Amino acid sequence: MPVVKTKKAIKGMEIGQNLEMISTDPGSIPDMQAWARQTKHDLLESEDQGGKFRFLIKKTH
Amino acid sequence: MSDDKPKRLALISSQGTLDWAYPPFILASAAAAMDWEVSIFFTFYGLPLLKKDIDANVSPAGNPAMPMKMPFGSKGFQSINWPIPNVISNNVPGFESVATGLMKKTFKNKGVATVQELRDMCVEMDVEMIGCQMTMDVFGFEKQEFIEHANIGGAATFLEFAADADVSLFV
Repeated sequence: MPVVKTKKAIKGMEIGQNLEMISTDPGSIPDMQAWARQTKHDLLESEDQGGKFRFLIKKTH
Repeated sequence: MSDDKPKRLALISSQGTLDWAYPPFILASAAAAMDWEVSIFFTFYGLPLLKKDIDANVSPAGNPAMPMKMPFGSKGFQSINWPIPNVISNNVPGFESVATGLMKKTFKNKGVATVQELRDMCVEMDVEMIGCQMTMDVFGFEKQEFIEHANIGGAATFLEFAADADVSLFV
């Protein structure tokens, strides 16, 4: 679900804008890395905050 | 990405129980979120997943290794894997609805979306959904029972899409 919600959020943004996303899904770090590779958006930061996972994504196209 | 040809996922969904309903919708929504083109072909017992209201249950029959865990109580209690003999799980009336209730509650506790929510996401992201014409004829389904997003087709319809798929899975 994190990738689906990220995709929806990114869709409504301008190119060059950054999205901060926080998830509770323990699988979201590898999933967001895969998502970024597949969609060619930039995953600037991904951080395990202990129970929560924080991501910063730049919309590139 | 926009000038590349998108990747394609072709899925066949053939089982209608709650546990089998999740994988196609999870895979389809994730692939669509990665800008892939996705088509799901619903056939045999998977076809009712296209109905307007999904009424999927867990069936213990044919799932001998299904873990039975309780979605309430202390952490230690929740981690117990209850050994339910097949003679009970397959014969006691009402066991199926108990197992279904427990699984739905467990999923909810863990923050997992319902099958219906996942399907809504798939519709929103334009995942193609094809209901199998032959199954409709055999089991007596009408198109108006299904969500509007559903198309009807046969094996050739699916295969034409799957011919150019990067990933094809039968669930």
